[in-house]
Amino acid sequence: MNKTVNQKAWFLVLPVLVLVAFNAIVPLMTVVNYSVQETFGDNVFFWSGISWFEDILKSPRFHDALGRQLFFTFTILLIEVPLGVIIALAMPRKGVWVSVCLVLMAMPLLIPWNVVGAMWNIFALPEIGLMGKALNALGFDYNYTRQPGDAWFTLILMDVWHWTSLVVLLAYAGLVSIPDAYYQAAKIDGASAWSIFRFIQLPKMKRVLTIAILLRFMDSFNIYTEPSVLTGGGPGNSTTLLSIDLVKIALGQFDLGPAAAMSLIYFLVILLMSWIFYTVMTRDEENQ
Amino acid sequence: MQDAVLFSFQWWTEPLGTWMAWTRATAAFFLFIAASIAAMGVWEYYVPGGAPRRGLFAIDTTRGDRLFISLLGSAFIFIAWLFFAGPPLWWPLLICLLWALFVFRYI
Repeated sequence: MNKTVNQKAWFLVLPVLVLVAFNAIVPLMTVVNYSVQETFGDNVFFWSGISWFEDILKSPRFHDALGRQLFFTFTILLIEVPLGVIIALAMPRKGVWVSVCLVLMAMPLLIPWNVVGAMWNIFALPEIGLMGKALNALGFDYNYTRQPGDAWFTLILMDVWHWTSLVVLLAYAGLVSIPDAYYQAAKIDGASAWSIFRFIQLPKMKRVLTIAILLRFMDSFNIYTEPSVLTGGGPGNSTTLLSIDLVKIALGQFDLGPAAAMSLIYFLVILLMSWIFYTVMTRDEENQ
Repeated sequence: MQDAVLFSFQWWTEPLGTWMAWTRATAAFFLFIAASIAAMGVWEYYVPGGAPRRGLFAIDTTRGDRLFISLLGSAFIFIAWLFFAGPPLWWPLLICLLWALFVFRYI
């Protein structure tokens, strides 16, 4: 049978292409243009070559922010992914409680990010906040506005509270898609709960967990609003993540050149890591 | 301002208006990437063979994937060179070309 060759359908993707061009490609190109020039405002530019890249790559400030960013991202991934899977496994599969659990789980995701930051900011204040005051009453010397360790604890707790439900919902979607026949077969074979998890549930959840890990990785690597409202990068610079540092350079100091160079390096790191994650996680699938 | 001599340093680096802060050098960079993508299309049209294959890294890659890996790898080669050695960047450019050849041949 001869297939008709008709390429007109390509025109249907044109609107998307235009949209992406204006919200992603043009800004990205502008950032590249800024990264090799110096400006003192008024749209007057001077060529500076690759000096901004050299400055950023060799600046201890950037290294520290990158280190904090990596620590933050891997910590929350290590907590949120297993916790999300555990909660999803514990959730009911049938009955009225399903909707109740799903709505409860979706709630943190519906709250605007800056509100989450403001909520936790007040919740954790040692003098008036419920959590801050309670921890101090229990004898802990807790003050996230003064102690870096406490600030990190609050930051990670806030992210876990806000985003674990995303992992839960995705893992749950993976779990309910497993046909009953698998469980019946496992029961006949006398499989333990661990074996059922290891050989039925986990492989079936793999695809959604891949998406969950990728989403959480990219989002947490880009995170700005919540930590900015909660700690503003402090105390000192102890919770200054890459995005907070970037905003300080770009909008605080108005150093567009260095900020552009930094955002490009930042972008490349995210691109590389996402690609590695994606490739590693989809490789086994192709092997099967 | 005095007119820049064609292909001189000033010609490459002078600002071209204010919108998006273009210079000829950065425009050339993006034209190179666009031309690479277009060349991939032409290549596939005349010599089809872009189906995924398994290379040294044990991952399935199409020709487009290999272009992506070449470009992303090149960016990191330049970054690493800048970090460890600094300018000029002619040596890393050569390494990038070798890297791209390696990726297209073996990955």
